[in-house]
Amino acid sequence: MIVAERKPLEQIEAMAGDFEKILVVGCGTCVAVCMAGGEKEVELLAAQLRMKAKLDGRERVVDEITITRQCDTEYLDQLEKHIDRYDAVISAACGAGVQFLAGRFDDKIVLPALNTLFIGVAEGAGVWTQRCIACEDCILDQTGGICPMTICAKNLLNGPCGGTDHGKCEVDADNDCAWTLIYKKLEKLGRLDSMREIQPPKDFSVMAKPGKYTHAAFEAAQDEEEQSDG
Amino acid sequence: MSQSNGNSTYEPKVIAYCCTYCAYTAGDLAGSMRLEYAPNVRVIKILCSGKIDALLLLRAFENGADAVYVAGCAVGDCHFLEGNLQAVQTVAHAKRLLAETGLEPERLEFFHIPASAGPLFAQRANEMTDRARELGPNPLRNAVQRNAGGKLPQPIDNGSSLPEAALGRLIRQEEREVVGTNRNETGVQS
Repeated sequence: MIVAERKPLEQIEAMAGDFEKILVVGCGTCVAVCMAGGEKEVELLAAQLRMKAKLDGRERVVDEITITRQCDTEYLDQLEKHIDRYDAVISAACGAGVQFLAGRFDDKIVLPALNTLFIGVAEGAGVWTQRCIACEDCILDQTGGICPMTICAKNLLNGPCGGTDHGKCEVDADNDCAWTLIYKKLEKLGRLDSMREIQPPKDFSVMAKPGKYTHAAFEAAQDEEEQSDG
Repeated sequence: MSQSNGNSTYEPKVIAYCCTYCAYTAGDLAGSMRLEYAPNVRVIKILCSGKIDALLLLRAFENGADAVYVAGCAVGDCHFLEGNLQAVQTVAHAKRLLAETGLEPERLEFFHIPASAGPLFAQRANEMTDRARELGPNPLRNAVQRNAGGKLPQPIDNGSSLPEAALGRLIRQEEREVVGTNRNETGVQS
């Protein structure tokens, strides 16, 4: 899932400025799981914004709504009947959600409440770690399910560098060496042979942004649509 | 804000979230022992201190409480194993949120009060009330409801207070501001 953190209140407050009617929109999917922008966090943020305004002696109305996802138009449609009443919208979604919301309601000021961090997993209570950099060419089959593109500081694809130090990384001794992890895992699986396979250089051109993907099942329909448009 | 620390009209409102098994029982014991403690403390019984939520704590301040504390079992004594330890974390987080908002984090505290500690219950109640007196009224109080006459700003049994899953439902500020019917008399604009 996408992991994000909430911006400091000071920063959100500076963005919210003198807007009197604010709608805080939460997102009930990834950022709800990482405790950054779900129903509860929206409630906390709205409470903080209200208290802040009262402490500063300013008039401010802060309403809240959390929708299932901000990256799907179906759910954004739910905001349509409310959004006109507000001067500004604070979106507690990842960067994608904020942009989609801002695009859907393009006459509204949409402000981000979160900093989007990475694609990751819940390591333990309240701890998330990055596990994927979306390289668009997955090689996890050959590396025992451990991603050298993410975990190795140098993105090495063919074994460790000379800086591996008893299983730790020379770049940051707090981090594990990806290739030590991979070696141990492949040893456990009895598949050390796959270490001998030479990986060709990574094709970074496929990572060109902005990425776009059409599901195969929709390609034909999309082509037809494009033709009829043209 | 017209009230100041030395003003004799200022009586702090202190909310105490007490766990059923230890702190609340200690409160009962304090009563049985005829111990006197500050009447400013409003005790709210919760099943376990681990049930406490940063939202409940923030909401108490938003609605004008001058100090809030959560009281749970001693370390290792929680009937749900580690509810009290979770409560310590929740309170620490809520303190950070308060500080970020601009309220003194000292207005919020967590105490371990074992069931056998009647005198400690009374001591903590006095301690928190004194602290609220030193800190002065919660600056949000004016904006909520001044001089509520010692009453809670809302009827106690005001329907369901449990949060419902409300994906896609707009929640207006009014719903969050749980104030009594005499709201407009206090000069708060809706």
